[in-house]
Amino acid sequence: MDHLDGNVLAGPTTDLFAFEPTTAQGQCRSCADIAALGQAMVYGQPMGFVARCRNCDNVLLVVVEHAGQKSLNMRGLRWLRVADPVEHNRI
Amino acid sequence: MAVFGGRRGDDNPALPPGQHLTASFPVLSAGPTPSIDTEDWEFFIQTETGQTHRWNWDKFLALPSEDITVDIHCVTSWSKFGTRWRGVSLDTLFSEVETGFDFVMAHSYGGYTTNLPRQELLDGKAWIAYEYGGSELDPEHGGPARLLVPHLYFWKSAKWVRGLVMQSEDNPGFWEEYGYNLHGDPWREERYS
Amino acid sequence: MTSQAVGWLTGSLTSAHPLTAAARSTTLTVPGWPGNDAGQHVDVRLTAPDGYQAVRSYSIASAGPGEEIELAIDRLPDGEVSPFLVDDLELGDTVELRGPLGGWFVWRPEQTQPVQLIAGGSGVVPFVAMTRAHASVGSTVPMQLLYSLRTPEDAFFRDELSQPTATVRTTWHYTGAVPPGWSRSAGRLTVEDLQRETLPPEKAPLTYICGPTGFVEAVSRALISLGHAPDAIRTERFGGT
Repeated sequence: MDHLDGNVLAGPTTDLFAFEPTTAQGQCRSCADIAALGQAMVYGQPMGFVARCRNCDNVLLVVVEHAGQKSLNMRGLRWLRVADPVEHNRI
Repeated sequence: MAVFGGRRGDDNPALPPGQHLTASFPVLSAGPTPSIDTEDWEFFIQTETGQTHRWNWDKFLALPSEDITVDIHCVTSWSKFGTRWRGVSLDTLFSEVETGFDFVMAHSYGGYTTNLPRQELLDGKAWIAYEYGGSELDPEHGGPARLLVPHLYFWKSAKWVRGLVMQSEDNPGFWEEYGYNLHGDPWREERYS
Repeated sequence: MTSQAVGWLTGSLTSAHPLTAAARSTTLTVPGWPGNDAGQHVDVRLTAPDGYQAVRSYSIASAGPGEEIELAIDRLPDGEVSPFLVDDLELGDTVELRGPLGGWFVWRPEQTQPVQLIAGGSGVVPFVAMTRAHASVGSTVPMQLLYSLRTPEDAFFRDELSQPTATVRTTWHYTGAVPPGWSRSAGRLTVEDLQRETLPPEKAPLTYICGPTGFVEAVSRALISLGHAPDAIRTERFGGT
C-alpha cells in the first residue's frame, strides 16, 4: 500500500498537542532511530493514521478519529522532543 | 449552492447501511506489504493448552478447498459485490483442534492483529483464502493467504494471516484497541464501539 | 504565526479559475485564518445534509499573512472530495477548514541553506507557495525547482513560474509528451537527469520532494545514491483518495 509522510499527522493531532507535532523529534523504541515525526511513514488511512519508523517499520504512533473522539497511542516512541515554539512564531 | 453528497446514497438492498458500491479493489493496510515466500509460510492455531496445530504451504494446499463468491464490505464505506476466492474453510482447519475458548486473535505477518468470536469463523462463514479472481492472491491484497470473513467488516479479514491464538475473552486487536467495534457486523453498522 | 487556529474554521469561495482541464485554483476567504508558512497544508471537511463527512488534506499555494488562501486542486478520477471542489463548489459556498497544518515540509525565509524543489505533477503546489514566499521577502538564498509532469497541458501556474522576473528558476521535465521543438524526449526522471538538473550534494542543499508515492520514492532513492544525506531530503507524498 502507498504510505504517506508524517506531515499528514498535523491535522488529526492538531487539538491533541499544544505544539506542532511534525517538527518534534522522537526516538524509535525499537531501533533507536531519531527523526522528526514528519519523517515517519504513515499507513492505515482512512481507518486511522499509523505512523511507522522510517528505519525499522516499528509503529511509533497511532491516531484514530471518529465521531467527535480521538484515540492516541505513542507506545513506540521512547521520547519526543519539542522545540521552543517562540522560534517559529512568525511569518 | 452546491450540495455535497459523498459517494453514498445507493438504495441497493444488497448494500449494508452507509455503504457505497465500488468496482475497484481499494487497498487499506496498517503497514508495509510483507514479502512472504510460500517455502517459509506457515499457518497455526494455538489453543489454551499451549498445543499448536501447524500447516506448511504444501500441507495447507492438500486440504479440501472451495470456491467462494461473496460480497465484501469495508468500514471506510466501500462495498464490492461478487468477489471470487478460493480457500480452505476454517471448519476444516478447526476440525482437528480442541478448545474451550470462545474467542480468537488472528495474527498476521507484519504484526497486525484482529479479534473474532470463534463462532464467526465456523459453519461455512470463514476461510483462509489463497486465490482471488482465479489467480494467486496478490501480496497487496494479503497473499500468499488471508483470512476471509465476508459477513463482517473487511478489517476482520486479516491479510497475510499466519495464525489464530485462542483466547478466553474478546481482547481487542489492532484497530479494535482504538475504538473500532469488537464485532464489526456491517448490517448492524457496527463500525465503532 | 504558524500556530493553527483552534478547531474548524469556515471558508467561503471568493474566486476560482481553471489551472488545467482537470484542476482549478480556488481562493477561499477564511475569517480567523492566522496566515501560513509556505508549504503548509490544510484539511478540508465537507458535510452532507445527512451528517456524513469527508476530510482531505490539500497543500496551500499561497503563503504569508491574511485571511485568504489559495488551493490548487486536481480532480482525482475516483475521488470523493476533489471532483466536488473542482466542479461543483460555487462562489460564496462554504467549506470547513482546519489549519494551517505542518511545520516540517515548509520553507521559512530565515533558512539559509540552498534549496532544491522537485515536484511530480500536482505536487508542485507547496513549491508555488515557497517560490512566492522567496520572491516576496526578496530572499537571496538560492532556490530552484525541477517540475516533472506528464504533458505540457498538465502544468500548474506555468506563466507565473516562467516569468523572467521569477527569483526561482524552473526546469521543466516531461514524462508523457513534450512540447513542439523540445530538445529532450519524454520519459521518467533518471538519476542522470537529477544529477544534471538539481543542486549537487557539495552545495549542501535542503531538497524538498512532493508528488505521488512512487515518484517520491524513486527520486529520493536516486538522490541518496548521488550522495545526498537522507536528513537533507524532505518528502511529501500524496495518496489517491
